[in-house]
Amino acid sequence: MRVILALALSVLALGWGVPAAYAQEAYKIGAIFSITGPGSSLGIPERDTALMIEAEVNAKGGVKGPDGKLHPLKLVIYDDASDETKAVLAAKKLIDEDKVTAIVGTTLSGTSLAILDTVQKAEVPLVSCAAAAKIVEPVAERKWVFKTPQSDFLITGVLADYLKAKGLTKVAWLNVDYAFGQQGWIEFEKAAQKAGLTIVANEKFGQKDVDMTAQLTKVKAANPQATIIWSIPPSASIATKNYADLGIKAPMFQSHGVGNKKYIELAGPASNGVLFPAGKLLVAEQLTDNDPQRAVLLAYAKDFEAKYGPRNTFGGHAWDALYVVLGAMEKAGTDRAKVRAAIETTRGFVGITGVFDFSPADHNGLDRRAATMIQIVDGQWRMAK
Amino acid sequence: MTVTDQLAQYLASGLVVGGVYALIGLGFVIVYSVTRIINFAQGEFVMLGALLMVTFEARGLPAAAAFACTVAAVAALGALLERAAIHPIRGAPPLAALIVTIGASIALRGGALVLWGTDPVALPPFSPGPPHHVLGATVVRQGFWVLAVAAVVFAALWFFFTRTYPGTAVRACAVNARAARLMGIRVDRMFLLAFALSGALGAVAGAVIAPITYATYDMGLMLGLKGFVAAVLGGLVSPPGAIAGGFLLGLLESFSAGLISSAYKDAVAFIVLIVLLLVQVAGWLPWRVAEET
Repeated sequence: MRVILALALSVLALGWGVPAAYAQEAYKIGAIFSITGPGSSLGIPERDTALMIEAEVNAKGGVKGPDGKLHPLKLVIYDDASDETKAVLAAKKLIDEDKVTAIVGTTLSGTSLAILDTVQKAEVPLVSCAAAAKIVEPVAERKWVFKTPQSDFLITGVLADYLKAKGLTKVAWLNVDYAFGQQGWIEFEKAAQKAGLTIVANEKFGQKDVDMTAQLTKVKAANPQATIIWSIPPSASIATKNYADLGIKAPMFQSHGVGNKKYIELAGPASNGVLFPAGKLLVAEQLTDNDPQRAVLLAYAKDFEAKYGPRNTFGGHAWDALYVVLGAMEKAGTDRAKVRAAIETTRGFVGITGVFDFSPADHNGLDRRAATMIQIVDGQWRMAK
Repeated sequence: MTVTDQLAQYLASGLVVGGVYALIGLGFVIVYSVTRIINFAQGEFVMLGALLMVTFEARGLPAAAAFACTVAAVAALGALLERAAIHPIRGAPPLAALIVTIGASIALRGGALVLWGTDPVALPPFSPGPPHHVLGATVVRQGFWVLAVAAVVFAALWFFFTRTYPGTAVRACAVNARAARLMGIRVDRMFLLAFALSGALGAVAGAVIAPITYATYDMGLMLGLKGFVAAVLGGLVSPPGAIAGGFLLGLLESFSAGLISSAYKDAVAFIVLIVLLLVQVAGWLPWRVAEET
C-alpha cells in the first residue's frame, strides 16, 4: 500500500496524473480537542461536529482535490485533557507520526498558545477553535496559525457598546484565572475605556473553585450598574448561583463561554435574564430571512441536534475550522504551504461563527457582525433588545 | 453593603468551605495516624461521594437514603482499596504505599470519567429555598447543611475515638502500632477500618458539597489538595487539628480573596503550607511529618 502511495505521489508530482484504478490517497487532517478536563463542555461538541463532518464528507465519496479526484477524508483526533503539555505532545504526534496536512483545534486558548511554537516550526497550518486574539496576533509571527472563534476584542467590543447604549456605565468585572478569562479582561479593559465605562471592581476566581461569594461580596459592595463574569461552566454557573443568592440586583453579563445548555442547566433559575455576546447560532431561528448565515446555521443546528443534542457555539467553531481546511485542500491538495496560502486567501466563507474573510493581515477573518447580544429567558436563548 | 456586612460574608463563606476542607482533612489524618500513609486518593472519595449521591437521587432514592447508600458505598470502596492495594504491600516503605494511593486516585478518576462522563452534574440542595441572612451575611441553605453535617460527624468521631473499644484500639495503633499488637489488637484490621472511615468521610464531604459546586469526575484533585493542606496545618496526626486546619484554610481563602486580592486566593493557601513546612523543618513545631516510619 505504502509503495503504491509513494508511486502515486511521485506520479502526481511529475504531473502525469494518477491511473484511476488506484484508490485515492486519503486526506489526513489532525484535530486536538479538550474532550476531558475542565474544557470538556466545549471540546466534546467540537469532536462530535468533526466526526459528523467526516461521516458526511465520506458519505459523498470524499474531498474533491485539485486533481479532480475524490479523496477519502481521514480525521485523526486526540484529546489534550485541557492540558497544555498534552496538547503539545498531541501536536507533535500529529505532525511526526500521523503526518497530517493541517491541524484543527485546540479547544482552549491556553492549549492553542502552547502549541503555536510547534506548528510554526514544523510549518503545519493550524486552525484553532479557541478565542484569544493572541493566538493569531501579531500576524507576522503567526504565519501558519488561523482561528475561527470571534476574537476577544470583537466580542468585548460588542459587549462594551451594548452596555454603553443601555446606560450601564458603572460596571464590575470577574474572570476565571486562566487564559480565556485573563485575555477577556485585557480586551474588555481596552473596550471599556473606548466606550467610556468605569470599572468599579475587578475580581478573579479559579475554574475549580467551589464558591465565589467572597469575590461577589466585593462586587456587591462596589454597587455596580452591571456585572460581567468571564468564564465557562461549571465555575460560570457557580458564580451565577452565588450572585443570585447574594441578592445582587444589577443585571449580569457573561461571556460567549456560556453558550451551551449546560450552563443554564447547572445554574437553574439563577440564569434567568443573563445577557451575553455570542455568535448567531444560538438564535438561528430568530434571524431574518436575509441574514447570509441563516440557512447554514439552521442546517448545522438540525444535523447536530438530530445526532448529539442541543447545539452550541463551540461545535460551530470546529465546523468552521474543519470546512476552512477542507476548502483549502480542495484547492491545494496535501501540500502544507499551499494549503496555508489557500486558507489565507479564503474570502466570503459563510460559516457558523460568521462570514470569514481571511487575509495576510487578518487570520481570524471576522468582523462585528459575527456577534450579537443574547439573553437567557426562562432557560431559552432570545436575541436581546 | 457596609464593611461589617462584608466581613460577615467572608466569615460565613470561609466557614462553609472550611467545613468541607475539615471533613476531607480528617480523612487524611485518620489514615495517616494509623498507617503512616498519606492517602492521595482521599480527594477521589469526595468526588465519588458527590457523583454517587447524584446518581442515587436520580434513581429515585430519597435524599437521606441516597446519602446513606453513598457513604456506605464509598466506605466499602475505601476498605476494598486497603485490601486490594495497601494490604499486599504491607511492610514496604510508606513511600511505596503513597505511590499506590496516587495510582489509585488516577484509576478512580479514570473510572469516574468512563462511568459519568465529563459534564458537570447538578444536585438539588437538601432543603430548597432562598438563602438565609445572618448578621448581614448571606448563607445558602446548603451551607447550613454543610456545617451541621460536619458538626455531627465531628461529634460522632470524637465519641468513637474516646468512648468506644474499636476507637480506642485505632488510637492505640496510631500511638504505637507494635505495642498495640502486643496488647492483642489486630493492627491490620485497624488499617482496614481507617481506610473505610476515611472513605466515609470523603463521601460525606462530597455529598454535602455537591449541591453547591456541582459534581464532576475531576473535582477530587483540588479538593484533596486543600484537605491535605488542612490536615498538615493541624499536624497530620490530630483530628481536632485537622478540623481547625480546615476552617483556618477556608477562612484564609475567603478573607484573602476579599481583603487582599482574589487573584492570590489559592496562592495564599499554598504559601501558608510551605511556610508551615519550613517552620517545622526548622524544628519549631512539636510535630513531625516527613520522616515517620
